[in-house]
Amino acid sequence: MTSGPSTTLSPAPGGAPAASTSASDTLLEVTDLNVRFPTEDGIVHAVRGVTYTLRSGEVLAVVGESGSGKSVTSLAIMGLLPASADISGSVRYRGTELLGMRDKSFSKIRGKGVAMIFQDPMTSLDPVYKIGFQISETLRAHDDSMSKKDARDRGVELLRLVGIPNADERIDQYPHEFSGGMRQRVVIAIAMANQPDVIIADEPTTALDVTVQAQILEVLNTAMAETGAAMVLITHDLGVVAGVADRVLVMYAGRPVELGHVDEIYYRPRMPYTLGLLGSMPRLDATDRQRLTPIKGSPPSLVNMPPGCPFGPRCPLHIDACDAEEPPLMEVGGGHLAACIRSEELVGTGTHAEEIFDATAVDDLLITSGSDGTVAEVGSSSGQGQV
Amino acid sequence: MTTLEQETSVPAPHTGEPILEVTGLEKLFPIKGGGLIRRVVGHVRAVDGIDLEVYPGQVLGLVGESGCGKSTTGRAILNLQPATAGSVKFRGRELVGLSRSEMRPLRRDIQIVFQDPYASLNPRLPVFDIVDEPLIIHDLVKGDEALRSRVKDLVQMVGLNPEHTNRYPADFSGGQRQRIGIARALALEPAMLILDEPVSALDVSIQAGVINLLEDLQDQLGLSYLFIAHDLSVVRHISDRVAVMYLGKIIELADRDTLFSRPMHPYTQALLSAIPIPDPERERRRERIILTGDIPSPANPPSGCRFRTRCFKFALELTEDQKENCITIEPPLAEQEPGHTSACHYSAVRTVL
Repeated sequence: MTSGPSTTLSPAPGGAPAASTSASDTLLEVTDLNVRFPTEDGIVHAVRGVTYTLRSGEVLAVVGESGSGKSVTSLAIMGLLPASADISGSVRYRGTELLGMRDKSFSKIRGKGVAMIFQDPMTSLDPVYKIGFQISETLRAHDDSMSKKDARDRGVELLRLVGIPNADERIDQYPHEFSGGMRQRVVIAIAMANQPDVIIADEPTTALDVTVQAQILEVLNTAMAETGAAMVLITHDLGVVAGVADRVLVMYAGRPVELGHVDEIYYRPRMPYTLGLLGSMPRLDATDRQRLTPIKGSPPSLVNMPPGCPFGPRCPLHIDACDAEEPPLMEVGGGHLAACIRSEELVGTGTHAEEIFDATAVDDLLITSGSDGTVAEVGSSSGQGQV
Repeated sequence: MTTLEQETSVPAPHTGEPILEVTGLEKLFPIKGGGLIRRVVGHVRAVDGIDLEVYPGQVLGLVGESGCGKSTTGRAILNLQPATAGSVKFRGRELVGLSRSEMRPLRRDIQIVFQDPYASLNPRLPVFDIVDEPLIIHDLVKGDEALRSRVKDLVQMVGLNPEHTNRYPADFSGGQRQRIGIARALALEPAMLILDEPVSALDVSIQAGVINLLEDLQDQLGLSYLFIAHDLSVVRHISDRVAVMYLGKIIELADRDTLFSRPMHPYTQALLSAIPIPDPERERRRERIILTGDIPSPANPPSGCRFRTRCFKFALELTEDQKENCITIEPPLAEQEPGHTSACHYSAVRTVL
């Protein structure tokens, strides 16, 4: 797909974009991705065997708490991790292996094939360049023949698309002259500039207020409709996921523990962790004051993990067999996968976390469970998963 | 900890005298010019005249987006940042204008829990010293043995292991640290807690435990809470009454179920409709009210109704004459139905959930 003159963005959202009609249905194929970081305390195994495929036109949500490895996974896919990180496995974009690719070739794919939206709109724009320069830089990097004027015109059009008023004036402003929500719109405009096939959005609304979040989710919808891109949406917010995702991948301690259609995950979860997450969320639409079901303890440290299911110490269904080996992600029916040896027992539980989890659980247990006293949980809602 | 069922979904009507009564509270921050003499050139009207009451044993939720002045309200009530004007009466006693030393004995009864459990605990003190510090300052417990047993009780009450009180905050996770902050706040047996975003820094699975703890403590100790948060789902869960703030003002106040099922102010309606519900089918059916633009600067709020610049009702539904009202007359927080106030000239119920 060549990004032509500025008129390419005009077709209505309904028009089928070229990307979705290409031969291969699978855009992104991640297989057994592992990321290890050397630290003073030992090797932190931040991502442990992530496998998923992204099909064209779909939204795959990657959900997990702080430190679950969801952001590191996407940084590894984009080739943005520091050189000290040890990455293994395979990441294929339209059949081309991305891992180990030289930076120069990778730059041709980044932004054009796969684009990324980062969490923090305050830091993902360069404060010393005008917005217009930052957009046209992206455009001209992938199209040498584009003139500065064309790039600017296209930039104005992109800013209009993401809902920035007076786009032709604001394109000459600096990032600090924009509010948080407006900056995130600019970041999205840059991500969609080259009509990418895949947009990876890493907590795109976490730093924003809810009314602004609603605006940005609309803009993301526009971006997907305009570019025909598929999206990997990384978030900790199960509310956001419910509204936009087609499929959901739940991560825990660096591994996928459940994968399935969004309705399957929300109405028929088969991994106790997913059920626990759903049960611990207060609901805006709850009319009675139902007690929340917290998950006791906190996620394990990713240094020198013991064998067995990493969720075992926090799991109400834990039995001795759970500690033998880490359960693989197994098919439980209808394209729904769960990594739990007792997942059968969750059939019929539906969304009633209180049937499995103890609502009165107090988490003093978790201090005694950490052998060295330090606990790995990083209590930040804006968690980026850096270890 | 015993399970305390709270099936009484109808909150007790506000009976009796309020434990905390805030009237016309204002907190302005001066904006200074850049010249040699840094003259005051304007004010950020962070809290711009709010009234609220908290009744004994009840939870008032105070919600709003960032910059609406909800945290400043909490701090001004406690005199941590002296109010510019207005009155704060705690059990009938005026707090505004009290000096630090006059304030100190009162702090026994009204305590605060801060948002960030990483910044609010002294990293150089073991947990024991963090929790016993208020007891020592107020000279409440005599003797080492008594002190030790009191700290042990407090730590146990918040669900932590008393054997670990010799450890430092860095050894604990976010959820545990927040429990330590709560234990410290409870040390003086206060009647009221101001909770400033107590769970928003925590992951959901951890957050649920802290919310349950706060509910249990409130029931067991008969505490009153002013619960400040931006997350309406959490607020709905814990509050008896809810006040919604926008740009330094309370724009709607009602008991919990009324506010969520019959919101009358367009801002409340937009806020509620913007919050995603973790239920795919409901989400697909829901219609969102998308507000345009951003929150205006509190240094220069719009004339008349502060919300009009983003109001969908103003933009789409009102006639020119009606709009004139919004531009020129600031709507007062007026009672629309018993116990339900809304600051909009054209308040009307709209179901958004």
